[in-house]
Amino acid sequence: MNWSEFLAMGGYGLYVWGSYAAAALVLVFNVVSARGREKSVRRQLQDLARYGRASDE
Amino acid sequence: MGHGGGIAHIARLTALFQFLHKYASPRYFYGFAGRLIPWLAGLTALLLGWGLYQGLFVAPPDYQQGESVRIMFIHVPAAWMSMFVYMVLAGAGAVGLIWNLKLAEMTATACAPIGASFTFLALVTGSLWGKPMWGTWWAWDARLTSELILFFLYLGFMALQAAIDDTKRAARAGALLALVGVVNIPIIHFSVQWWNTLHQPASLSAINKIGAPAIHPSLLVPLLVMAVAFTVFFATVLLMRLRAEILHRERYTTWVTELVKP
Amino acid sequence: MSGSLTGAFLCVLRRDLLLAARKPADVATPLVFFAIVASLFPLGVSPEPAILRTLAPGVLWVAALLATMLSLNRLFAADHADGTLELLALSPQPLAALAAAKTLAHWLTTGLPLVLLSPLLATQLYLPQEAFGALLLGLLLGTPVLSLIGAVGAALTLGLRGGGVLLSLLVLPLYTPILIFGAGAVTAAAAGLDPEAYLSLLGAFLAVALGFAPWATAAALRISLD
Repeated sequence: MNWSEFLAMGGYGLYVWGSYAAAALVLVFNVVSARGREKSVRRQLQDLARYGRASDE
Repeated sequence: MGHGGGIAHIARLTALFQFLHKYASPRYFYGFAGRLIPWLAGLTALLLGWGLYQGLFVAPPDYQQGESVRIMFIHVPAAWMSMFVYMVLAGAGAVGLIWNLKLAEMTATACAPIGASFTFLALVTGSLWGKPMWGTWWAWDARLTSELILFFLYLGFMALQAAIDDTKRAARAGALLALVGVVNIPIIHFSVQWWNTLHQPASLSAINKIGAPAIHPSLLVPLLVMAVAFTVFFATVLLMRLRAEILHRERYTTWVTELVKP
Repeated sequence: MSGSLTGAFLCVLRRDLLLAARKPADVATPLVFFAIVASLFPLGVSPEPAILRTLAPGVLWVAALLATMLSLNRLFAADHADGTLELLALSPQPLAALAAAKTLAHWLTTGLPLVLLSPLLATQLYLPQEAFGALLLGLLLGTPVLSLIGAVGAALTLGLRGGGVLLSLLVLPLYTPILIFGAGAVTAAAAGLDPEAYLSLLGAFLAVALGFAPWATAAALRISLD
């Protein structure tokens, strides 16, 4: 397995790896964003418990 | 005989409704989703691994496009997902609108950012695929233009829901907008397709053929595996988002307040 | 006051037309906007007839689109503010019919004037004479569709903050087919080809919109008013 050839992708390296990197970023973003949403909801629930409905949006 | 058949029928329908009612209750679904997520995440990882192996190592380079054909294994599944998620969004919205099901409403809302991100990925990879092929970072070809408009439809849906404070109104307005969108998507697709063939000089039509190569069987496997991988991924993230939505929407109930107690 | 459907329809139509007549600025502003946008292109691109001639179909249609969109706010805003809209929703007559009446009034005071002004702007953009017919007929068929689809958007965004811009974001993607075939008709006619296919499609869009949009607008109004 010739690694330098693999990375170069016949001259299209930037485009191919760029695409796979973009895919990785999108997948990671989705997970992080979903986790972030849960975190902020939980934070909101803590506020609700502590300060009651006045703290609600 | 007629009565017996009728009663069995009703019994089956009742069982079905009870089943759906149980699963559609936010509280039950929260737990159910929580148990399901790790399995789906594992399955996603396996499928992605297999798809990447197929796409990057097993599939041969294309006669015309060389190694850049590997971009197709990301671009095409992403484009398929962008459409699929929109259908799920619109379907869930319709169910929520017709049967007043909170879980369906929450599903539509949760789908939107995921679908928009797949559309974005399709656009980015479309651009990266196009640059070596067409020489430009962007081309107004039919598929990319349709994807762009779909992206705007997603953004519009999210913007509308963000602008409405009342949860119920936001859900129902979004659902109606999504249904209007679904009806319009074939029309938009047809129009853009037609517009594209009209304005294409002969050289571009040759390029369009490059954009849609005849799918060689060895290319089909990574394509389908990645498509399934993305779908399972979508299911995983959807369930994650749904759990957060459920907590938010049910924040005044006892079971949620008990759940969050430190 | 007539209790029939046509009676109610005409009543709402007449009322909206009367209100529009009392506020000529509301009618004139989209027209002026139409003219301004069309003149931005020579300023921004080039005053050369050859270039403007090719741009003209698209520029005229985009300008008409934008002008229609900017005027959509006033479709329901005033009636929503003073409670008339809720009364209309409570009426025994189908809300879809009343929404259709308001949409018709909107088109008569926005779309139709755009159609009438378009030849003047087309001349400024050096559109060939052969294309004028396609332009007029296309706009005549297309602007009602813009009003009909726009009404759904206006109903969904009733009373929301950021209303106007949000409405544009929602509605512009849906306008693209009308833009493609409307401008396509003019371009074809300018090139000496027959615009019949494009115009027929616009007619089909109008038929579908007439059947679908008032009902969707009514549903959207009920969602927004509840």
